Amino acid sequence: MTAIDPAPVTRRPRVATAWLGGCSGCHMSFLDMDERLIELAGKIDLVYSPIADVKVFPADVDVTLVEGAVTNDENEHAARTIRRNSRFVVSFGDCATAGNVTAMRNRFTREELLQLAYVDLARGEIPTIPNDTTLAKLLVRARPLHEFVPVDAFLHGCPPSADEIWLAVSALVEGRKLELPAAYQRYG
Amino acid sequence: MAIVTLTIDGLAVSGRDDETLLSIARQHGVEIPTLCHLDGLTDVGACRLCLLEVEGSTRLLPACTAKPVEGMVVHTSTPKLQRYRRMIIEMLASEGNHHCAVCVSHEHCELQRLAGSVGLQSVRVPYLYPDKKLDATHPLFVMDHNRCVLCTRCVRVCHEVEGAHTWDVGFRGIKSEIVAGLRVPWGDVESCTSCGKCVSVCPTGALFAKGATVAAMEKRTAFVKYLVTARRSKEWVGDILEEGDE
Amino acid sequence: MTVEELGEIGDKERARQAKLEKRVLWCSAAGCVSCGGHKTRDALKKAVKQAGLEGKTEVVGTGCMGLCGRGPLVKVAPDETLYANVDEAAATRIVAEHVAQGAVVEDFRVDTTAPFFTAQKKIVLEDCGRIDAMRVEEYVAVGGYSALARAVCELTPEEVVEEIRKAGLRGRGGAGYPTGLKWAIAQKARAAQKYVVCNADEGDPGAFMDRSVLEGDPHRVLEGMAIAGYAIGASQGYIYVRAEYPLAIERLRLAIKQAEKLGLLGTRILDSGFDFRIDLRMGAGAFVCGEETALLRSIEGRRGRPRPRPPYPSEAGLYGLPTVINNVETLANVAPILTRGAAWFSSIGTAKSAGTKVFALAGKIRNTGLIEVPMGIPLRTIIYDIGGGPPEGAEFKAAQTGGPSGGCIPSQHLDLPVDYESLATVGSIMGSGGLIVMDSTSDMVDVAKFFMEFSMEESCGKCVPCRVGTKHLHTLLEKLAAGEGTAEDLALLEEMCVMVKETSLCGLGQAAPNPVLSTLRFFRGEYERRLQPSEHFQAGGGPERAGS
Repeated sequence: MTAIDPAPVTRRPRVATAWLGGCSGCHMSFLDMDERLIELAGKIDLVYSPIADVKVFPADVDVTLVEGAVTNDENEHAARTIRRNSRFVVSFGDCATAGNVTAMRNRFTREELLQLAYVDLARGEIPTIPNDTTLAKLLVRARPLHEFVPVDAFLHGCPPSADEIWLAVSALVEGRKLELPAAYQRYG
Repeated sequence: MAIVTLTIDGLAVSGRDDETLLSIARQHGVEIPTLCHLDGLTDVGACRLCLLEVEGSTRLLPACTAKPVEGMVVHTSTPKLQRYRRMIIEMLASEGNHHCAVCVSHEHCELQRLAGSVGLQSVRVPYLYPDKKLDATHPLFVMDHNRCVLCTRCVRVCHEVEGAHTWDVGFRGIKSEIVAGLRVPWGDVESCTSCGKCVSVCPTGALFAKGATVAAMEKRTAFVKYLVTARRSKEWVGDILEEGDE
Repeated sequence: MTVEELGEIGDKERARQAKLEKRVLWCSAAGCVSCGGHKTRDALKKAVKQAGLEGKTEVVGTGCMGLCGRGPLVKVAPDETLYANVDEAAATRIVAEHVAQGAVVEDFRVDTTAPFFTAQKKIVLEDCGRIDAMRVEEYVAVGGYSALARAVCELTPEEVVEEIRKAGLRGRGGAGYPTGLKWAIAQKARAAQKYVVCNADEGDPGAFMDRSVLEGDPHRVLEGMAIAGYAIGASQGYIYVRAEYPLAIERLRLAIKQAEKLGLLGTRILDSGFDFRIDLRMGAGAFVCGEETALLRSIEGRRGRPRPRPPYPSEAGLYGLPTVINNVETLANVAPILTRGAAWFSSIGTAKSAGTKVFALAGKIRNTGLIEVPMGIPLRTIIYDIGGGPPEGAEFKAAQTGGPSGGCIPSQHLDLPVDYESLATVGSIMGSGGLIVMDSTSDMVDVAKFFMEFSMEESCGKCVPCRVGTKHLHTLLEKLAAGEGTAEDLALLEEMCVMVKETSLCGLGQAAPNPVLSTLRFFRGEYERRLQPSEHFQAGGGPERAGS
């Protein structure tokens, strides 16, 4: 973890989680905190999350956990909004910290990738590459979050374990310095 | 050969003048991180993780090749060295396509272990995502260049211990690549004896046994020193299995 | 061949030349040849024949005459009139008017009383432009091989080493290690076989000092090597020359053959008990093979990758045996030191940097070419007096020395004396002798990027900091140059420069950040004024943003 401390919050901490280019596995692991989620719910306001029905990323967020790599223009836009509106941003899991599985497509060009996914490997209906202008556009490469915006802390693992998430989130919402046990001091 | 006395991290130690600083330090319980070094193989001083500070010298010395000098005062883990080690791991992590979570050596990987031990949180330089290939032409083993850190342990063990010299380094700079034969598919190289030594000494998941799944490859390297000692001094001593090997 | 017979060869050649009324010297170095030198030579020969001057006049190809930017160059001896831009018509006129009638052709004459000539001091290049590089007799006639004769007949190896040590000669390849000390270590090393290696793998962009010496005066280098061999007890020498220097290779081959024929190389040299052979080894164009340990590996037929030092080559070099490895220019200084003495040599230059240094002067400057100056000369004298300053309308901004391993020296340091230590104080190095002058049109971030690209391309890939670090440094410089970098990128650039410098295995990596560090030191504003605010992080670097 970095040495940056979240400033103490006098009201109930406003926490968000975001899901960029990832498989949602980190969020599943978040849910694996099980009964501890009830305890957490009593301490924080979850103001934005894939598991909460909020459409727009709110302002004045204290801590945001970001799952996934930045893989399309919508992710990039979201990353910048999150950074602007959050006091403390955490790269949540290996895709956000290092690209990981999301970045495995980087050896292909976008055209090759779309051709592979929607045409060459397609079965059944007439294969078509989706081209609706409302769809997010892939970036040339999927990249970790901190290559787009400054990130304050990193949670490793694919996914990080529920225990690790619990330790990290508890520390952050209580305004404590993030110091994880040696077992979590790993990379990838 | 003479015995010299020196100071390593404040500890007064002695060693033979034909030993390396790495060997002397380890004999005295001082751990220095290494990657290209492997007990039993010729040292090349390439990864630069084992660099040391020596008082009175402005140049950092690689522990794996530097020899002791009487009265030398050595520091193995100054804040500067720790910072450089972390940056070197950043260089290696950004250079390949490691994707730890789906690697055969996940959780048994020396690079991953080193990254943890130097406290690497994130790689500050942009990942290079090179277009590297995977060679699965050998009947038993696979070479995945995406995970190669170019430590050349495979090259050295094949040349120095097995005597086959199947591997070498091709190209240069950031384009460097381990090549089989004169850069042909591994399966086509007649010199390869399929002994598997290269696979065993590979610190990452670059060389692995066919069929291995995620986190399934555990490497054993202690046999190299055992074989080399046996061959050189006709002494069959030491463990073939190392500590931690199941 | 005895020393007396050597003397006779010289006498005979001098007598032959004395019978000639005029010698028309044309510069046959690569620079003049590339701008039509051969046509000039043919025109000169044709004109001499037409004027019926054969027998009284000879047309001779020599080494570099220095004023490379104004080639083809021609000199008429014995009056030493120099002509520039000599095309075929000019060549015809020079013969018809000057050679035949003694009337100097003012239209093409170069004023040799100009500072370009008078501020120079020639030792290494003293025979370049004076003698025919293809004839050993001419070299002998100007005193060539007399130093070798003195060494093998009059001096002990220890005395030779002592003379070089006292002279204060330091390595001209860039690092400036005392040559005498290097020789002394190799001399003391006990081994059945030792080697002398001449490093002629000149690779800095824009540098052609060594090439000019090899093309113009190859015997001087052979003589220096043989003396080194005698001094340390080696019987074998190698010249490692890059294959991109075909003319130098051709002349070296010829020179070795001539020297062998005269018994100046081979067994029982000059009737002494000293044996010394020289063989050529061609490099295949890797810059890193100029690094001594990589060079030695390349001679051994292995991949040219450096290894950690110590042990230094003087103790364990070629095939693990004691080896003296010296640069071309260093070896070219050896014979004059033995002939004229250590005291003479050390009286030139400064106390710590004795002798002269050859520079290839290039860039935004009036007189580009090859110059030789006494050590300690102010940079200002080189640029403004010898070089003639920047051309009309241009303003001096910086001088780059040491190529991809050096730095940029700004105008406030123009009075800096050019010696090893002074250049180091401003973050540059003497280097092998490239000197590029830049004016206000040069963008210093681009300059740093250019040299970093060179180092990245030439990195051998053995050690991690150089292999990957130079790549990242180049990417960061691209980003900064394109105006996409942030203050964080600049901080990372500096941090990585220091890391690559301190942790790389060999000189290539250790020096690769110098162009960046020196431009940051003197031209930081050029980096800072194109920074983006931090909230505009741009991932991945330039080309990727463009959608490639």
